[in-house]
Amino acid sequence: MSFLKKHEHLERNSILMLVCIIVVVLIGGVIEIIPLFRMETVIEPVKGVRPYTPLELAGQNIYIREGCNVCHSQQIRPLRDEVVRYGHYSLAAESMYDHPFLWGSKRTGPDLARVGGRYSDEWHTAHLINPRDVVPESIMPTYSMLAKRAVRLDDMSAHLKTLRIVGVPYTDDMIREAYDDAMAQARVDSPNIDGLKARYGEKVNARDFDSNPNLTSEMDALIAYLQVLGTMVDFTSYEPRSAEPQKKEAGK
Amino acid sequence: MNTQVNANTPIYNDDVVRFFSLATVFWGIAGFAVGLLIALQMAFPALNFEPFLTFGRLRPLHTSAVIFAFGGNALFATSYYIVQRTCQARLWNDTLAWLTFYGYQAVILMAGLGYIFGVTQGKEYAEPEWYVDLWLTIVWVAYLLVFLGTLIKRKEPHIYVANWFFLAFIITVAVLHLGNGLSVPVSLFGVKSYTVMSGVQSAMIQWWYGHNAVGFFLTAGFLGMMYYFIPKRAERPVYSYRLSILHFWSLIFIYIWAGPHHLHYTALPDWAQTLGMTFSIMLWMPSWGGMINGMMTLSGAWHKLRQDPVLRFMIIAVAFYGMSTFEGPLMSIKSVNALSHYTDWTIGHVHSGALGWVGFITFGALYYLIPKLWGRKEVYSLRLVEIHLWTATLGIVLYIVAMWISGIMQGLMWRSYDDMGFLEYSFVETVLAMHPYYILRALGGALYVAGALIMAYNFWRTIKGDIAQDKRIQVQEAIA
Repeated sequence: MSFLKKHEHLERNSILMLVCIIVVVLIGGVIEIIPLFRMETVIEPVKGVRPYTPLELAGQNIYIREGCNVCHSQQIRPLRDEVVRYGHYSLAAESMYDHPFLWGSKRTGPDLARVGGRYSDEWHTAHLINPRDVVPESIMPTYSMLAKRAVRLDDMSAHLKTLRIVGVPYTDDMIREAYDDAMAQARVDSPNIDGLKARYGEKVNARDFDSNPNLTSEMDALIAYLQVLGTMVDFTSYEPRSAEPQKKEAGK
Repeated sequence: MNTQVNANTPIYNDDVVRFFSLATVFWGIAGFAVGLLIALQMAFPALNFEPFLTFGRLRPLHTSAVIFAFGGNALFATSYYIVQRTCQARLWNDTLAWLTFYGYQAVILMAGLGYIFGVTQGKEYAEPEWYVDLWLTIVWVAYLLVFLGTLIKRKEPHIYVANWFFLAFIITVAVLHLGNGLSVPVSLFGVKSYTVMSGVQSAMIQWWYGHNAVGFFLTAGFLGMMYYFIPKRAERPVYSYRLSILHFWSLIFIYIWAGPHHLHYTALPDWAQTLGMTFSIMLWMPSWGGMINGMMTLSGAWHKLRQDPVLRFMIIAVAFYGMSTFEGPLMSIKSVNALSHYTDWTIGHVHSGALGWVGFITFGALYYLIPKLWGRKEVYSLRLVEIHLWTATLGIVLYIVAMWISGIMQGLMWRSYDDMGFLEYSFVETVLAMHPYYILRALGGALYVAGALIMAYNFWRTIKGDIAQDKRIQVQEAIA
């Protein structure tokens, strides 16, 4: 067997073997990963997706800290039952500002990709304090401490700045006003509300999410995040890309 | 067994192997115990204690403890033991070898404490934050240097097959870790960082990493153990040299492609999903090549299985390896995955590989190693090894059967419609239906923990130098 003879070279030279292993294991990854950076074919542009507000971002960081993504997915598959249960299947653009992605791999609890606007703030507050108060069969842990803890917002400018380095289009204004924007979003009648809406759009939910005006809590931040999930895309103007529009483009 | 020291035999660095072996036992029990706790939390949510001991924080603690602490220490211990014997050379650079021991335990502690305090990147099996990632990189480079340095100064002309697998495991894990770990810290004095990639790209890179943590950390490295300890314990040569070459190169080539099967029907482009599925199915062949090579090594020595519970551990491990590497390709088929994804079926699949393959081959290796490392003829009691074997096997069977039932049931309930065409079950009804299976799973896990405790007791007595007065050992000695 000649290939056995040739393999002997590898077995006698550890550096050669090391190099061969590296080459062999890189091939698959390179072919599957590199093309994904041609964004125009991977992420269809859709209207409405914007970077998270500082308060929503703080909420997402609490979501990550508590490992919510361990039990809740944020990725609705284009299967009949999922679309009926959760809503329109997830689009790539909807997670384009998630560093990292939070699609999840297990549904111990339901998918949350479109949970925004489905339940009231009061429901979320009660549910997070003790899930079994509103869903008796739930097996979710309690998160009552979120309502008692002030959410840390003083460093949100640094967070936005870091995210800009990795590609999220936060403007200088957004970075400078991050703290005020976050505080404004968690109140009913903030003087800074116009600035927040000017920067992040009229649709931004701004209110006292946990109904406790004395404290801007982690509960406020987490609910602000949950309430925006899946609500950014304007589905009235969205048309899924199929073979058809590509032909149109070619016709242009 | 010849215990006399040959004049030409170099003095091996076995101290570091002893430390890694004991760490394996310690972290194994810790990791299994946390697994049992979170299994119970799913049956009885009152067992969650906020803020530190909730399921969301403990689940990464469990997965990291069993994969990286238990599995990682086992890989260090066995690779250092094997590379010295098969190269007839002492480990290159004792200082670096000790750095890998203390450095790696520091990684485990930093990562584990981080999870409890809510410090996580949120990427499965790559949760530790940037500062742990950096430190791990240093430790891993030291590992590569020690291993490669020992290979280079070997006295044997050929590199033994087990070392190919260890080398592939070390270098590929380094590549994966660097690729998936790219992140920018918010502040040099803070723990939080943001991953460089987002959305689809982040998902693809994460599962390129995630699936190959299985492929290289939990498979290639442990195949290295198989290729040394089964032939040693059975006192038979590896079944087929040609098959080892074929299955080694095809395994490492194909495994890398399989990641996208974790992302079927998601926003990842279809071509990537299809590639992932295709290669996952192809992966069945090299996997079974390895299984056959391990099993058939017993040719002519099958009778040893009847007498030797240590060998039985290793062979059952290889059987579980065969089973889960058949189940894996099956679940990577898109239409099967549509049902299995997001359910407990995946959890069951992982555990048949983790408890059955990774756990059992490690137990087998430890039962072989610990007496040797402490200069004992055999473990304290082979009878206890046998009790461990059956307790743990029963535990695994309960675990995976419970997860098959609950996973497939939940998948079917999610997609069940009534006569009017509406969804038949609300989500929480499916949660309620899981309850009995969660209890059954926790029972299986408890048996597995109990088995590991029996093993620890057995090792403690072995190291003390005790010999149990059970008949089995006398039978063994009579045969030897």
